[in-house]
Amino acid sequence: MNWEVIIKWLPRLAQGATLTLELVAIAVIAGLILAIPLGVARSSRHWYVRALPFGYIFFFRGTPLLVQLFLVYYGLAQFDVVRNSSLWPYLRDPFWCTVLTMTLHTAAYIAEILRGALQAIPKGEIEAARALGMSRGKTLLYIMLPRAARIGLPAYSNEVILMLKASALASTVTLLELTGMARTIIARTYLPVEIFFAAGVFYLLISFVLVQGFKVLERWLRVDACQGR
Amino acid sequence: MNIDLHGFGPAMMAGTLMTVKLALCALLLGLVLGLLGALAKTSPVKPLQWLGGTYSTLVRGVPELLWVLLIYFGTVGLMNSLGELLNMPGLELSAFTAGVVALGLCFGAYATEVFRGAILAIPKGHREAGLALGLSKGRILSRIILPQMWRIALPGLGNLFMILMKDTALVSVIGLEEIMRHAQIGVTVTKEPFTFYAVAACIYLGLTVIAMTGMHFLEKRAARGFMRAE
Repeated sequence: MNWEVIIKWLPRLAQGATLTLELVAIAVIAGLILAIPLGVARSSRHWYVRALPFGYIFFFRGTPLLVQLFLVYYGLAQFDVVRNSSLWPYLRDPFWCTVLTMTLHTAAYIAEILRGALQAIPKGEIEAARALGMSRGKTLLYIMLPRAARIGLPAYSNEVILMLKASALASTVTLLELTGMARTIIARTYLPVEIFFAAGVFYLLISFVLVQGFKVLERWLRVDACQGR
Repeated sequence: MNIDLHGFGPAMMAGTLMTVKLALCALLLGLVLGLLGALAKTSPVKPLQWLGGTYSTLVRGVPELLWVLLIYFGTVGLMNSLGELLNMPGLELSAFTAGVVALGLCFGAYATEVFRGAILAIPKGHREAGLALGLSKGRILSRIILPQMWRIALPGLGNLFMILMKDTALVSVIGLEEIMRHAQIGVTVTKEPFTFYAVAACIYLGLTVIAMTGMHFLEKRAARGFMRAE
């Protein structure tokens, strides 16, 4: 193991890690916002409301992220409409393409988590809210969603870690995030083992910090206090 | 859209076959690794526990793509020296082998946890009953623990297989000619990226549906004789 090389390239790798973090942060937050209406619609009683989110979730969970990424980054350029539209400067940029794809992808998974959490809420609590005269919207906003957030939080933290690892795919569309940066450095130094090892340590560190962070968040939201039935 | 994709239809079919082959080989390796990992993690021997724990934590903490790249590019030097040792110059890992090893490694790490959960879910009394009947340790494992473990582990393994199938797309990065790689080749010739990647997406969706149906039947078969208590 050639340690000097690792130390020499550490700043560049850290630079890649910031881009990775940026991608993941935007994707999981925007994905969460997008997932809330999807998840609520997915757990609706009416089949025509359920159908659209079901199709969306089925597509995004059934195909590899790499395919979705290529569809957005390379695929959209096939249509003149897209190329002439005002959004083209964004859809041409690998960063925005990756953010868009990762957001859509993770939204499908988070929506499914949210559905599970919404269905796990004890019926009595919803009935109690309705009995107190809360409207359906108010029940959803003040009772169901806060409750579902606590039930779904452990699964959501899993999803964030999965997205951290999925962000490595951004390197295939020329983005220099952690993996992309590692590949660029290897092209210069011809030392794949050392540099990939260093990149792997970065990923391990980031996921460790994220796991600890979610533990704090769970304590703050008193997730375990809600588990008693 | 042309049905034969400008003559690339057969190539996409060949790619599909390669994807399925890759997924099944990685599944086989992953199951073996997962079983070993779970046995190590649940064994009373401390170093084995540590080994199993390190394996699953380490592999699960690093992206699959990084494993694929690391195993393909990282083993060149190793394989070279191994080739010199065995008097076989130019020995190297093919993209297929590297893909199988990398994906099998990742599958195995997750499967370790699934199997471990399943082993822990088997009532202690069953093992003790085996001991009381004078069965050897290996016999208890193969006759009592493993057959019961299957049923509990199957839903988790099914999920993992679905993930594995989608992760096979990553191996296109090191040039293995599976669905994604063939789609890329088609794109460079025809300049119709959306068409080809959409077709690739549909193939993956189809494979997922087939795997889901297969899992459903396997689960039904494994659960025969069991009823969920309501």
